[in-house]
Amino acid sequence: MSAVMITRKVRKWEKLPGKNTFCCDGRVMMARQKGIFYLTLFLIIGTCSLFFVFECPYLAVHLSPAIPVFAVLLFLFVIAMLLRTSFSDPGVLPRALPEEANFIEMEIEAANGNVPSGQRPPPRIRNVQINNQIVKLKYCYTCKIFRPPRASHCSICDNCVDRFDHHCPWVGNCVGKRNYRYFYLFTLTLSLLTIYIFAFNIVHVVMRSVDHGFLNTLKETPGTVLEVLVCFFTLWSMVGLTGFHTYLISLNQTTNEDIKGSWSGKNRGQNPYSHKNIIKNCCEVLCGPTYPSVLDRRGLMQEDSPAAANSEGPCSFDNPVAQTTKTTAPLIPNEHTPDDVKPSIAAEKSSGPKDDQPPAAMLPPLASPETDAETSIAKNQ
Amino acid sequence: SSKFHNLQDMQHTASLVTKVFIQRDYSEGTVCRFQTKFPAELDNRIERALLEQTVKTLNSYYVEAEKVGGQSYLEGCLACATAYIVFLCMETRYEKVLKKISGYIQEQNEKIYAPRGLLLTDPIERGMRVLEISVFEDRGSSGSSPSSSMSSCSTAR
Repeated sequence: MSAVMITRKVRKWEKLPGKNTFCCDGRVMMARQKGIFYLTLFLIIGTCSLFFVFECPYLAVHLSPAIPVFAVLLFLFVIAMLLRTSFSDPGVLPRALPEEANFIEMEIEAANGNVPSGQRPPPRIRNVQINNQIVKLKYCYTCKIFRPPRASHCSICDNCVDRFDHHCPWVGNCVGKRNYRYFYLFTLTLSLLTIYIFAFNIVHVVMRSVDHGFLNTLKETPGTVLEVLVCFFTLWSMVGLTGFHTYLISLNQTTNEDIKGSWSGKNRGQNPYSHKNIIKNCCEVLCGPTYPSVLDRRGLMQEDSPAAANSEGPCSFDNPVAQTTKTTAPLIPNEHTPDDVKPSIAAEKSSGPKDDQPPAAMLPPLASPETDAETSIAKNQ
Repeated sequence: SSKFHNLQDMQHTASLVTKVFIQRDYSEGTVCRFQTKFPAELDNRIERALLEQTVKTLNSYYVEAEKVGGQSYLEGCLACATAYIVFLCMETRYEKVLKKISGYIQEQNEKIYAPRGLLLTDPIERGMRVLEISVFEDRGSSGSSPSSSMSSCSTAR
């Protein structure tokens, strides 16, 4: 064992695999590309600012001071929902540690039996019965787990997400189990805000035009034209999106399932997750328990910077979590298996460590499990 | 973590032999539930009834945490009314139950599992995917268990 080792405490988020960016020391978690999110923020804040500057003084005096007050509350709620959706963990499933990955590999190989050489092994699928419906669980080659029902791998963030809905570039994050309700409330309240601003813009223009004339009104409040344009285009898309998600919630389906047609067409009415009752479905999705994050981004862990090669002995045993982080780059987990475990795993299965290589190299292009329709980027394994 | 320290206090010469993973049981949907099927590798390490009891108790805790009922509605509506800002200072019911679970697992480890050379890992540390049971062996013992666990591994398949 090496005598020279520099250990420093790092937060676990620094070593998480996947393509997320973290801010505020792990408290904030987003996708890598945030440009469109900034655009969303800019549009919302910009349009509302114009509304407060140009329309609100007139409306507060001539109609009611409640109008700007309600607008402020609605605006704050929209921003709160947007930030919650964007900054929270959507329900990322952590990747399997080496021992777990090996355990699953062994089970798969035992189940497949002997595959004659030259033939491709069968796709890695596990069948479970949920409410009298057979659901197929696919194996994720990146995360080395069988995905739980309704989970899916997002290629943009390179994570498996529980109850994966879709990856939304407008909020700069995936929408999954943990932040779906915030996303829905965001679309709903943004629709309301857009309708509100649009309506009161019209009211304001009409009222002012009666006194001053139409063209003068536009000259006095130039922001109006911009607001009406933004609101007009936003309105149709937001109302449409809110309606679509209301429909999905009432059926307890995800966007992912809807796109793939899992429970439509010939499978209509067979969704095993639905309570067959619109109110129950809505309550479960919107008022269900708030699931905690299983990622533990802010936990502390030891990072060993070894001076020599064989340094992963005693320290790694105390901090098994350290092993997770070192398996980010290589797909073969056994390179970083702690020395304590290596002999036992090797003893259990004589060719254990080497078996990971052929499956990983052979299977991905053939089984191509990650053909999730919602991602526009082709995944190459 | 504290669990390791407990185990190391009690079994200074222990070394990790293997890990057994109890998988999730999805027969009732996406609710968190672990299989009560007894893994063959632990045949001669622990009585079936004890492990079954542990898993059943854990499952009941998860049912309590994920229950969609009056209290969760109240919590949800109240939080929504405050734009979920209240979650920044309040502990949700799920988090409270998770704390109870972690205490239960620690207690089970100390009373039942560590004396038998086993260690349970809280499922939350494995993404709620598996209940990991680490199997330890005293270096000083005759070492019959590793080979018997190997043979039971191969015959179980």
